[in-house]
Amino acid sequence: MGVDRMLSATPDSAPTPTLPRARGRGNVLEVEGLTKHFAVRKGLLRRAVGKVYAVDGVSFAIAPGETLGLVGESGCGKSTVGRTAMRLIEPTAGSIHLQGQDITRLSRAEMRPHRRAMQIIFQDPYASLNPRIPAGEIVGEPLRVHGLADARQREERVAALFQRVGLRPAQMRNYPHEFSGGQRQRIGIARALALDPALIIGDEPVSALDVSIQAQVINLLRDLQGERGLSYLFIAHDLAVVRHISHRVAVMYLGRIVELAETRALFATPQHPYTEALLAAVPVADPRKRRPRRIIQGDVPSPIRPPPGCHFHTRCPYAEARCRELAPPLKQVAPGHLAACHLR
Amino acid sequence: MATMRTLVQPVDHAVELSRAGANVTGSGSALLHLAGRHPLGLIGLVIVVVFVLVAAFAPLLATHDPLATNAATSLAAPGGQHMLGADFMGRDLWSRIIYGARISLAVGIASTVVGCVIGAAVGLVSGYWGGWVDLVVQRVNDVLQALPLLVLALVMAASLGPSLTNTIIAISIPVVPHVARVIRASTLSVREMPFVEAARAEGMGELQIALRHVLPNTLAPVIVLATAQLGSAILTEASLSFLGLGIPEPYPSWGRMLSESAAEYVRTAPWLVIFPGLAISLVIFGTNLLGDAVRDVLDPRERS
Repeated sequence: MGVDRMLSATPDSAPTPTLPRARGRGNVLEVEGLTKHFAVRKGLLRRAVGKVYAVDGVSFAIAPGETLGLVGESGCGKSTVGRTAMRLIEPTAGSIHLQGQDITRLSRAEMRPHRRAMQIIFQDPYASLNPRIPAGEIVGEPLRVHGLADARQREERVAALFQRVGLRPAQMRNYPHEFSGGQRQRIGIARALALDPALIIGDEPVSALDVSIQAQVINLLRDLQGERGLSYLFIAHDLAVVRHISHRVAVMYLGRIVELAETRALFATPQHPYTEALLAAVPVADPRKRRPRRIIQGDVPSPIRPPPGCHFHTRCPYAEARCRELAPPLKQVAPGHLAACHLR
Repeated sequence: MATMRTLVQPVDHAVELSRAGANVTGSGSALLHLAGRHPLGLIGLVIVVVFVLVAAFAPLLATHDPLATNAATSLAAPGGQHMLGADFMGRDLWSRIIYGARISLAVGIASTVVGCVIGAAVGLVSGYWGGWVDLVVQRVNDVLQALPLLVLALVMAASLGPSLTNTIIAISIPVVPHVARVIRASTLSVREMPFVEAARAEGMGELQIALRHVLPNTLAPVIVLATAQLGSAILTEASLSFLGLGIPEPYPSWGRMLSESAAEYVRTAPWLVIFPGLAISLVIFGTNLLGDAVRDVLDPRERS
């Protein structure tokens, strides 16, 4: 595991600012009870025959300059959380506060000024750039949409952004297909930076990249955070990457957050059995170190018919009777360490 | 281990930069590019341009009045006074083909453009916004597509009456559902692309997203469809004219020249069929070559 090696070399030397973790004023993003159910439609009349419980009551907050990692298996709803928080998908329930303002029910037009504060970087560096538009125009587009600069100023600002993310301003005229995957992701980052947002949601921003490029992009994101005081919601399934970049980590399972804690605490003393199993599944790069492997049994249940009680009880080695009936609330088990498990 | 910053960044950076290369393709160089990469496209362009020039300068190129009849030269063979011969009314075939270019090209190009523009608008709205609009539009499309193009054009022409404008309208209407269907299909996939989501995250309006990010990525198949349509429009006009519903007599169009002589004179005066047919074939050939090249040139991925 190359990236694991490269990343694990640095977490201690990384500057970890002390963060205001208290909920309330001052948070860049606060999400409360966020829920998204997708209707499953069938037949000629497109009747709703069921629901996909993609996100089921998720709450978290992100402080200025903080990175919250959001991990989970594919299909657990972590990308939906990001998109719903961005109001790219309409939430079924819950509230979203961006810089203290409730944006949950804002119309498209009302939402517009708030878009400047919150941007997104996508997973697929190929599909996230319009192939018919030169890179410079792609990056300058947010400025144009918000009428922030005339053509000349825009050109200058885009050139500066190109330079900042490690591209040559001369490449502004090139089309997306003329760039490599890593360069394309840099273009995506430059586009997200153009509006000088307070928060960037990274939807698996490095998982489509080569391992060596992953490290570069992550370093770029971290440098930018240092310079601009950016906050990140960093969605990923790679624990090594998340551990490297995040101040705090939230673990999702079937639409719910099962554990949320400071990165070091979460990796050192995982409280939820699912987190425990996830960490145990991370391969260790040292062949002499053998850890007892705890493999969770079975598959992730369908989010159309999630199990009652604790969603994880079907695969949990410690499950008891109450786990099958009562959903455990996310409660504090140690200072700043939240877990949703009856046994803690 | 050193921090990966110093370890990786400078090296890979150089690689990335060199990989991108220094190729700059401006839109002004499109024609030059066409010549270099698509010699066939260039041939197509030359053919189309020649025909357009012929249509424009018809009075200079024609040797006779295309409408003047002469009993003495009825069905005259090519050569002599009549370069390509004369039809049964003694009208000079060369001059009629020259003037016919005006009508045939006008009908072909105008009906294709009108049909494609309306079809693209309908398909984009239907595919991008979906919902009940999509449902209604698609059912209307189904009905239109169930009727053969010629029958539909016939009904249109019969209800509008014979004239150049009405012929163009009659031929363009049946094109609409075909183009709409193609555009709708690509719109359905393009609208789900992350770059559309990115535009939404930027705060761009839906109409702007549809026009700037979705539409340009759906046009490639339409260009191919349009070039094929251009040829069939010329032939449809021929059929309409033959049935007395297209361009009224005595004005020459390639289609009617071909259709009115095909049955009667193909054995006795084959030039009446061969030369207008040749003109039609050449134009269709030219537009098809051009269309393929245009599609490639419009795609930045094909350009480097």
